[in-house]
Amino acid sequence: MPNFARLATRRNFLLGLSLLMLALTPRVSFALDVDVSGGRINPLPIAITPFLAGGGAEEAGATLNEVISNNLGRSGYFEPLPQNSFIEQITDFNQEPRFADWRQIQAKALVTGQVYVDGGKIRVEFKLFDVNSQQQIAAQQFSTSPKNLRRIGHLASDVIYKALTGIDGYFDTRIVFVDETGPKDRRVKKLAVMDQDGFNVRTLTDGSELVVTPRFSPNSQEITYMSIGQGTPRVYLFNIETRQKEIVGEFANMSFAPRYSPDGQRVIMSLLTTDGRNSNIYEMDLRSRQLRQLTNTPAINTGPSYAPDGSQITFESDRGGTQQIYVMGVDGSGQNRISFGNGRYSTPVWSPDGQYIAFTKQAGGRFAIGVMKPDGSGERILTEGYHNEGPTWAPNGRVLMFFRDTPGENGGPQLYSVDITGYNEQQVQTPGFSSDPAWSPRLN
Amino acid sequence: MILRNLSGLKIAVALCCVLALTACSKKNTPNLEASNAGLGAGASSPGSEADFATNVGDRIYFVVDQADLTPEAEEILSKQAAWLQKYPGVSIQVEGHSDERGTREYNIALSARRATAEREFLIAQGVEANRISSIAYGKERPAALCDAEQCWTQNRRAVTVITGGARTS
Repeated sequence: MPNFARLATRRNFLLGLSLLMLALTPRVSFALDVDVSGGRINPLPIAITPFLAGGGAEEAGATLNEVISNNLGRSGYFEPLPQNSFIEQITDFNQEPRFADWRQIQAKALVTGQVYVDGGKIRVEFKLFDVNSQQQIAAQQFSTSPKNLRRIGHLASDVIYKALTGIDGYFDTRIVFVDETGPKDRRVKKLAVMDQDGFNVRTLTDGSELVVTPRFSPNSQEITYMSIGQGTPRVYLFNIETRQKEIVGEFANMSFAPRYSPDGQRVIMSLLTTDGRNSNIYEMDLRSRQLRQLTNTPAINTGPSYAPDGSQITFESDRGGTQQIYVMGVDGSGQNRISFGNGRYSTPVWSPDGQYIAFTKQAGGRFAIGVMKPDGSGERILTEGYHNEGPTWAPNGRVLMFFRDTPGENGGPQLYSVDITGYNEQQVQTPGFSSDPAWSPRLN
Repeated sequence: MILRNLSGLKIAVALCCVLALTACSKKNTPNLEASNAGLGAGASSPGSEADFATNVGDRIYFVVDQADLTPEAEEILSKQAAWLQKYPGVSIQVEGHSDERGTREYNIALSARRATAEREFLIAQGVEANRISSIAYGKERPAALCDAEQCWTQNRRAVTVITGGARTS
């Protein structure tokens, strides 16, 4: 059972929360309904009305509505009400809604909008209302190329989410992952990116090499990953726009498990030792290409991940006999073990707000995704089963994505997301089997 | 799997089948997988890949999370070393593998340890280091796909792949 009391003290969220206002609108108090004892969030009923559209923009309006409803509903914090339950039909964007009609269907929040084509561009406006206080609490306008329509939906979703929860949204983001096809003993693996809602999937490599563990750079146009192909398996940098790749260093020995530093200036990774027995963690400065060794133990040291303030690194090591999680200073000092539960701990990933380290835990033949505080306390399991692995954080620290594998010849991995509370587990639809997801920063 | 890295040798094998027409059917089978079980009846002239696969054995297995060589592994590797010394022109690549019941990065490192353990043993047995390359596949290339220990055991392996210099008959 998630420890909800702890969550309640975190940053105003969910209990007695206050709204973020956009400029010029009056301040209003707003509470998201929460059942504290159960730890479960009661989703906020929200009415997202069909966007008014004319002159060829009808399909765009429907798409926007779908993107926003889907985002808010999948977050688990909102319940988009069915359009066929609406009493008032909005026909004039500039007219105040009949709030009594919306109260009657139990809507707590109301979204109205309009979209029209203007020259070669598409223009979108929306308003968010608090039904009980009858106040407009957010509004935004967008003007952009029609191909960016779904992104407008994601940006609007972020505005609505933040206005009602006080927390930054996570919808204007992408996922990089590995697309898997072919038989299980001969998988073809390709790098792929998609919007966080599963749309706009693009594969980036051709499958001629085994690619694993891709991660975004903070500027989101570059990915680092590891490839097992011809020659020494190694870490690469890949530019999404130019599709150009380069090796991150001319290492004689295998390099793997790469991640960017929070400022994007460095890549941290594991290098196999010269004697081929062990792996240590190294940091490479991408400008000077200078290499700095951070661990030096006769062990497998891997899976490094920076704290968001760049002052510390978490990693996994079997120096004590089994895989466990450690934390050290960014200069490699003070390497301390933080995992002490019953099992093997691996793939540690620091949350964007610095409060948690997520991990994979193996015990008794089962694989779990969990979180703990950076001092190792407060361990909480979010999901557990046959095989769950490799968590990644949404930029707002509220949602994690991971992959779940299924056994046997016809089994394969799929992507799943789950809320930090452990609730609202959702499969993320992808074209085929998928693994090793990594979440981008916010794109805007 | 053995043919995958050997484009030159693959051509030679195909030629053999065009010319000889008889006992080449086994070699011409796609996805030829040499295993310690052997290939049964068929041409395996001394110094050929088939000879290695049938009479020596191309793989060893490991205990879960371990890269130590078992006595059985050392026995097989001793035979491999002896064969390699008999045919000094042969070069090999040692592939390290792990089972799927672990996480991605650790398994890459663990499989590298296993490849190293084999390579070092062969070197200690007198095989020149420059004849042996190694590669780590982590859990990416399972040999057996069932959801049971009997399959995971088969996946915790190091495989010796001939990369050149073997007789082509």
